[in-house]
Amino acid sequence: MAVDLDTCTGCGACVTACHAENNIPTVGADQAGRGRAMHWIRVERYWEGEFPDVRLKFRPVMCQQCDAAPCEPVCPTYASHHTDEGLNAQVYNRCIGTRYCANACPYNVRFFDFFNPQWPKPLNVQLNPDVSIREVGVMEKCTFCVQRISAAEISAKAEKRGVKDGEIQPACAQSCSAKALVFGDLNDPDSEVSRLSRSERGSKLLDELGTMPKITYLSKQTQA
Amino acid sequence: MSGKSHAKLTNDLLRPLEQTSWRFYLLVAFLASIVAMGLGTWAYQMYMGFGMTGINMPVYWAFYITNFVFWIGISHAGTLISAILRLVNAGWRRPVTRCAEVITAFALMIGAMFPIIHLGRPWLFFWLMPYPNQRMIWPNFRSPLVWDFFAISTYLTGSVLFLFLPMIPDFALIRDRATGLRRTIYGALALGWRGTTKQWHRLETAMQIMAIAIIPVAVSVHTIVSFDFSMAPVPMWHSTMFGPYFVAGAIFSGIAGLIIAMAALRKFLHLEAYLHPVHFENLGKLLLMMSMLWAYFVFAERLTTWFGNDTAEMNVFYVTQRGSFSPLYWTMIVCNFVIPFTILAIRKLRTIGGCVIASFGVCIGMWLERFLIVVPSLSHKYLPYSCGHYRPRPVEIMITIATFAAMTLLYTLFSKFVPIISIWELKAGDHPSPALYPSPSHEHALGETHA
Repeated sequence: MAVDLDTCTGCGACVTACHAENNIPTVGADQAGRGRAMHWIRVERYWEGEFPDVRLKFRPVMCQQCDAAPCEPVCPTYASHHTDEGLNAQVYNRCIGTRYCANACPYNVRFFDFFNPQWPKPLNVQLNPDVSIREVGVMEKCTFCVQRISAAEISAKAEKRGVKDGEIQPACAQSCSAKALVFGDLNDPDSEVSRLSRSERGSKLLDELGTMPKITYLSKQTQA
Repeated sequence: MSGKSHAKLTNDLLRPLEQTSWRFYLLVAFLASIVAMGLGTWAYQMYMGFGMTGINMPVYWAFYITNFVFWIGISHAGTLISAILRLVNAGWRRPVTRCAEVITAFALMIGAMFPIIHLGRPWLFFWLMPYPNQRMIWPNFRSPLVWDFFAISTYLTGSVLFLFLPMIPDFALIRDRATGLRRTIYGALALGWRGTTKQWHRLETAMQIMAIAIIPVAVSVHTIVSFDFSMAPVPMWHSTMFGPYFVAGAIFSGIAGLIIAMAALRKFLHLEAYLHPVHFENLGKLLLMMSMLWAYFVFAERLTTWFGNDTAEMNVFYVTQRGSFSPLYWTMIVCNFVIPFTILAIRKLRTIGGCVIASFGVCIGMWLERFLIVVPSLSHKYLPYSCGHYRPRPVEIMITIATFAAMTLLYTLFSKFVPIISIWELKAGDHPSPALYPSPSHEHALGETHA
């Protein structure tokens, strides 16, 4: 995935779409105040400069789907593991809740279910049947909407063709009005996401840690 | 040594087993009720959800992991210290070894509970173990938590054996004095001990083997516990120094735990004739050395971090050094270095009371040390957006208190059913009357003091 920080307006549509698509519980004000809010994708805000000359920067941060993911080797039960497609998968049923993966993750994008999930009405009637609900005591995180990836792959296979570029859209990318989030196949050099990832503006978050994230952030273009 | 004094020794050391005062029942009832409350709290936490604790994002590990590392550290009292003293054949070890080995066994059991208590789904803890299952799923051998499982279970097995072996002749002694059910139980525990030359020979050989084998196991256990931290790319965790640092800290807190336990035994079981000031003085010297070693490790860790000046690490560095965690940090320095160093380096203060005060300081300081390793790093990882804070909640505090009660309870019960000082080893050492002891200030640190 590529994230264009130049076009991101920080509207938060991706966060909402992600909650709706992935059955992420809303924990309520009290729990959120204790630092237990669950947002698989969050929009980080950074203020730059001194008042009154301040600038605001947004950075949507979700699981970086690292190639050398620190969360994977530390999991004692293989709940956190690497799939053949390069996704950083989380098997909820296998998770016993050591929370080691979340500690090892330098991006803090893994979330723990402190209680069984609950939704205030009417959110409880809009749950996505394609995504399993996580019970108390397991870790969860951004899956790149793996249910959508699988669905597209299945229909492509049924039609005896490959998956087309842009055919798969995670909920966040689909809802991004500024088209700041671009998802695709990095193994295909001609895909839109590959082209953007090669951009000179591209960089990885906390690149120096050597986690080899699959998300490329395109820096803000300076005003001439 | 006359047979008469041997008889007195046997009577003295078996007295706690044969006479029970109401105070014992009161103490056991008190401790057991605290332990029961702790277990109830744990059940409550499981029923209500893990959110009853103060854990949050990003501080996913806190009190429970602190307790885990602390108790595994305390467990180094025993086996390691007693194994080393046995190997160097230090004569003064004889009344000390069993007190120490018991601490190991119980502290390990308590410590090993915490990785289970802290799980989100503790009922599935057995997934950490390799067990035969239809789905052919193994645990992930790359995970330090799986290494922990192997290290701790090896150490627990080893130290229980190491504790049990020298108890066999004492069980036989109790068996021979007892009647009825007591005789049957101790008879079974004595494993048919008759005191033949062959049996003595085998016991000595087995103990020698165990004493040698247990030392690398003990060192590896706390190294692997430290790997839980140093394998993760978290600021101030990702350090090559953590292995030896943790082992030194473990032995340090272990000796402190041992001194406290011995002082309590001496007072409440009236063992003044067996646990002499010289034992405390010698252990105090050991504690002094470990205190300096610990301070050296802290200095080396802090200096290299500061000199390296890595942004993320410096955040954690300053938050402990002079930020919100600094009151705890400086308490730790005072408890772990200033107090024990001052008391133990001055010969006049190195009395039983002095050693006990220093040891309490070290226990508090080492608990804080573990807390300060776990929490500030997690609350200040790389992205400033997701920095957090942590405050314990009643559930965690109650369970922590209950573990200290559990340790005291297990120790009290053990000293009721097993002579806490090895009777046959004292006899074998031809224990002299206290009058023959050199005064503590002239005592040699190691070696046979009363040939």
